[in-house]
Amino acid sequence: MDDIFGIPAPLLFGQLLLGLINGAFYAMLSLGLAVIFGLLNIINFTHGAQFMMGAFAAWMLLSLGNVPAARTGFALMLLPLAVLLLDWLLAALRVAHRLRIGLATLFAVLWAGSVFMEGGGPISGALGTLFPQGLSYWWALLIGPVVVGATGILLERLMISRLYKLDHLYGLLLTFGIGLIIEGVFRNEFGSSGLPYRIPPELSGAWDLGFMFMPVYRGWVVIAALALCLGTWLLIEKTRLGAYLRAATENAALVQAFGVNVPRMVTLTYGFGVALAAIAGVLAAPIYSVNPQMGTNLIIVVFAVVVIGGMGSILGAILTGFALGVVEGLTKVFWPEASATVIFVIMAIVLLTRPAGLFGRA
Amino acid sequence: MADTTLTGTALRGRPAAEAGYWGFTRAQLLALGVMIVFMAVAPFFLYPVFLMKLLCFALFACAFNLLIGYVGLLSFGHAAYFGMGGYIGGHAAKVWGLTPELAILSGAAVACVLGAAFGWLAIRRSGIYFAMITLALAQMVYFFCLQAPFTGGEDGIQAIPRGSLFGAISLSSDMAMYWTVAAIFLIGFLLIHRIVHSPFGQVLKAIRENEPRATSLGYRTDDYKLMAFTLSATLAGVAGATKSLVFGIATLTDVHWAMSGEVVLMTLVGGLGTVFGPVIGATVIVTMQNYLAEMGAWVTVIQGIIFVACVLAFRRGIVGEIGNWLKVKL
Repeated sequence: MDDIFGIPAPLLFGQLLLGLINGAFYAMLSLGLAVIFGLLNIINFTHGAQFMMGAFAAWMLLSLGNVPAARTGFALMLLPLAVLLLDWLLAALRVAHRLRIGLATLFAVLWAGSVFMEGGGPISGALGTLFPQGLSYWWALLIGPVVVGATGILLERLMISRLYKLDHLYGLLLTFGIGLIIEGVFRNEFGSSGLPYRIPPELSGAWDLGFMFMPVYRGWVVIAALALCLGTWLLIEKTRLGAYLRAATENAALVQAFGVNVPRMVTLTYGFGVALAAIAGVLAAPIYSVNPQMGTNLIIVVFAVVVIGGMGSILGAILTGFALGVVEGLTKVFWPEASATVIFVIMAIVLLTRPAGLFGRA
Repeated sequence: MADTTLTGTALRGRPAAEAGYWGFTRAQLLALGVMIVFMAVAPFFLYPVFLMKLLCFALFACAFNLLIGYVGLLSFGHAAYFGMGGYIGGHAAKVWGLTPELAILSGAAVACVLGAAFGWLAIRRSGIYFAMITLALAQMVYFFCLQAPFTGGEDGIQAIPRGSLFGAISLSSDMAMYWTVAAIFLIGFLLIHRIVHSPFGQVLKAIRENEPRATSLGYRTDDYKLMAFTLSATLAGVAGATKSLVFGIATLTDVHWAMSGEVVLMTLVGGLGTVFGPVIGATVIVTMQNYLAEMGAWVTVIQGIIFVACVLAFRRGIVGEIGNWLKVKL
């Protein structure tokens, strides 16, 4: 029991677990990319930055009470959500479109201006007084995706929606640029070194599985990721909303002719995909250190995962993500030097044998 | 349909003027003259090392433009060939003790082989997938360079000697090096122009405009795409090797994905599919980086903003806009 193929069992299982965790993140991120790509036909290069924003949201929420930069940062992150809520309220009051845009812009300027006031201004001040202890991991898991998803919705409305009639590569370039902006801003404000985020007390400790010790948090991440992936799959494959979504993926014009508000569905889909990235970010915060580059390095690997799996199916994205994480973990045991490149090599092999990807439609 | 593809209107129309003047139109010939005069005069007024950096990146961007502008393939991993060319060129000059022209040629040769291999894989898909595959393959090269013993890991290859051209002309003075780099750039620039205006280049443009039709006319489009990819990678390798000789250092920065993004940005700013766009774009971006260097991560933010502005409002790029305004093809 101690040695398997000449490898000590704890090492083998430890790396397998690490691989499974990485696989969970690959799966969640490639799932978000696949959902967005299905309807918008763009590859969301900002996905990594949005994943990072999720992790930062968790850190900021926890540090609301004692770190001024966290208060300022979160007050700014809340801005898109606040603008969207205001816009929705004005729309419900049947305010004219032009006036609505003007009011929303004014509101945004005032909000942002107040955040940069001396001493942090009323909004970050209120955040600090309301939550002197900060908000826990569980709140972050709820609030993070909503806040980051709102930034995604605003982004889609203001910029991405202008590109649908153009070559899809422009979408890639635009989202790449937005990713650079977000990453650069976070690096200026928080530096390149990681910020610590402690594992929530409910999930600390480890289970003794007999053959190895399993940290509770890592088990939780795998379970949460599986549940999230399964939930998304059910939502898209088994509900009426998902049926609209799949229909619009096939033929948007026809679905619109049936009276479905396709532009709104596109916006919400993008927001949903971004929220998925943000949840992954919150889940990642206690494992990886929270730093501005955490997303970009991951997203390039996820691109390779997406090429391997093919964009055709949601389930394919999930399976490929987990499987490749495990393969990467095993490579770390048997040939550590190759572990950083194994996924890219697999991508090359898949391109040679099945160019459309394992689950893709040509 | 105009302007919906990446290089939509920039190149279309006016095919009749393509004759004469070795494929240059009269306006292009004028612009070429201005560029050569500038290259001849500039080192007496501006810092030659800065100009050499500019020329290296301009050649890199021109090589990239060969692919995006004339075949319509967006490679998001060109840093791999640029950086690998730099490493091999530096290694050849320092460890093998080769003369600079041979060091640059060896860098180009390795970039050529790498480009042929990666191109062969990547052309199996097109569009967005092509971009993702090239990016992923380039990241593989990055990890390789991080671990391989000859690249020096985080330190890179340092103290690369400039050596003597053909074993006779010492390049240790900045001026001597400058004229060499200027000559390399000009040869590369004219070579790309020649490629684009050859029958081969016409087939590339046909593929960009309508690949199925090019196939139906009997062209093996995959062979043409692979050839263009390899040429582009080779020239990127030349640019990288030259840069490492100029600065005497080859580092991970040049193989990082951020470098791939930068060359896309340079070409986009200057104008995709224009002859002089990549040169102007490289000038703008390198100058900006030079002046804003002490601003740290804000440079990334500004680059991102330029990206967004170019994509949303400014898709023809600087040279494309000027050409459109003057009603000439530049």
